[in-house]
Amino acid sequence: MIGIYLVISLVIASMLYFFRNKTVSNILLSCFIIVQWALTIHAYNNLEIVQWVYFMPDSISVILLIVLSIIAIPAFFHSTIYFTKHPYSPREEGMYYAAMVILLAALSAAYLSNHIAITWIFVELTTLSASALIYHRRNLKTLEGTWKYVFVCSISITLVFIGILFLTIAIQQEGFKDLTYKSLLADAPVLSVFWLKLAFLFIFTGFTAKAGLVPMYTAGIDAKDKAPYPAAALFSSVLMNVGFLGIFRFYEIISRTSILPWANKIMMISGILSIFVATVYMLRVKNIKRMMAYSSVEHMGIVVLGLAAGGVGYFAAILHIVLHSLAKPAMFFQFGQIYRIYGSKSVYDVGNYFKYNITGAIVLLLAFFIITGMPPSGLFISEFMVFRSLFEAGNLWLLIIVLLLLTIIIWAFGKNVFKMLFINPIGFNDDNIEKIHPSESISQFVLFALVIYLGLNPPDMLVNLINASIINLPH
Amino acid sequence: MTNILLIAFTISLIYIGMANRLYTYISAIAFQGVILFGVAFIELIEINTLNLILVLLETIVFKTILIPMFLNYVIKRNKITREAEPFLTNFVSVVIITGIILGSFLMSNTIHDTHLRKIFFVVALSALFTGLYIIITRRKIITHVMGFLVIENGVFILSLAVGNEMPMLVNIGILLDIFVSVLLLGIFVNKIGDVLKEQDVSQLRNLKD
Repeated sequence: MIGIYLVISLVIASMLYFFRNKTVSNILLSCFIIVQWALTIHAYNNLEIVQWVYFMPDSISVILLIVLSIIAIPAFFHSTIYFTKHPYSPREEGMYYAAMVILLAALSAAYLSNHIAITWIFVELTTLSASALIYHRRNLKTLEGTWKYVFVCSISITLVFIGILFLTIAIQQEGFKDLTYKSLLADAPVLSVFWLKLAFLFIFTGFTAKAGLVPMYTAGIDAKDKAPYPAAALFSSVLMNVGFLGIFRFYEIISRTSILPWANKIMMISGILSIFVATVYMLRVKNIKRMMAYSSVEHMGIVVLGLAAGGVGYFAAILHIVLHSLAKPAMFFQFGQIYRIYGSKSVYDVGNYFKYNITGAIVLLLAFFIITGMPPSGLFISEFMVFRSLFEAGNLWLLIIVLLLLTIIIWAFGKNVFKMLFINPIGFNDDNIEKIHPSESISQFVLFALVIYLGLNPPDMLVNLINASIINLPH
Repeated sequence: MTNILLIAFTISLIYIGMANRLYTYISAIAFQGVILFGVAFIELIEINTLNLILVLLETIVFKTILIPMFLNYVIKRNKITREAEPFLTNFVSVVIITGIILGSFLMSNTIHDTHLRKIFFVVALSALFTGLYIIITRRKIITHVMGFLVIENGVFILSLAVGNEMPMLVNIGILLDIFVSVLLLGIFVNKIGDVLKEQDVSQLRNLKD
């Protein structure tokens, strides 16, 4: 199935590039959605069965794949809106859609692969397609964003490769040759600790570029700022998940060895620094898109803290990843409407949003509550569980610092959001602003409803999948 | 023989440290390509012929001929001035790069491992950190690409250390080489050259908070 899927997506992508007709591209995009869902359902029904030598759906990959398939639908829908409101040449439009389809296909393959080198290849492919999306507008600033993204991602992908080489040295010493996750998990206890430590450092640092964690988070921020908003929605959810997955898979291997406490320390440092950096920038950033991007950095920091704390934190980390990747795109989709009304990304130029677009304003208000993790948001549940795991692991001071930083983030976020909603913008001419139809906000409401529902009352299917995906971690 | 080649590679790193002109960088990178060809030939002679030919072609055609030619073309086409314009003087660079090599050497002495040939490890790590150092301390965007090429050469050496038993990893390393070089230089030729006149990193500092 995965082979068929990759071939079909490649065909669809090339057709999207060559047939530059609105109707044809809409049909092709619907076809891709159908194929994407077929792959997802097929993967769910064939858990733990190896396909095509290098691919094997397991619980964590199926969870992320379902999230991706859900997000793909509104992403395409908002892309079509984006192109009706901001006319681009058919060539640029075709390029955009083709890059997006390739990005989604590469992500799905990276989720499903069971071999560390194959994951690496597909992660490399996401850099390529993402850079085409970032460069969509073709001006100096997007060029800068693209260059930085490509350069930082290339360096980090090289670091991951070096990590894989160190891992190979470790397994060759013991006479093994197989680099699939399954055999790595089985071999882990006997591997040389020195090489594993080096491998962990390099692989973790490398994947932070995709996951949006300290130290390599910078490129992702520029990318989300410069890409069109539907693409930015994908970057801040499904693309970050692939970085998380890379870290998670290697963490599973490490968790079988004696260096687990050391690895936990590294991840905790990275997590707390990510939250700290996000706090500092949230306080001063005035660009709405960058503000949302830094909020993603904060959430990834929380996820890594949960993973490092252990216990109930494992469950919470996966749940948090799922909920965050549903909530954050909704906010980016909403940003598209804000930009159409005010024509600016700066908080200073946006204001009194309730007057101009009441549905959109409700979405924005709701988004603020959901993303900052206030009840009834599902993110509240997962964050609370992460805090509990930190407490149980005896990291009281860390927990206090995290809570303080999160409070500052809520204040900074709230200050900007409420200014956008209620305070009159300075020098804004509201003579001929665009009326935005409420139907454009339906997808956001659905996503928020999902976040609340999955957090408060997670269905058995989700709970079972999450429990199955953390079964390899120590209890 | 491998040792002599690898030592020559390390010397080329110091040479890059004291180079003043961009063309010197390019010839150093081409020289490294030739050395990698030699090392790959000696190390991988046992793997199957087709794979060996691929690896050798990559080192001699891609690393030694195509990339230096392409870099020359980029410099001519965009009329980049020939000085490398480092932030630090060449003397400091040489001292730091020597320090890097010494550091990796000392670090490798802490490894008690009979399987690994340490010289690969030392040279690869030195190339990695030298590349990062070049990226940090040079002003032009094109020198960033060159620093990245040095890193890639280091990674290639490391992959040769394990490549005898797992040629797949060498192939993936080659994939990385080709993919990233084409992507970076492609953006360079098509986009940055047209948009930016003076190719200085200070022009890529607009995105910030």
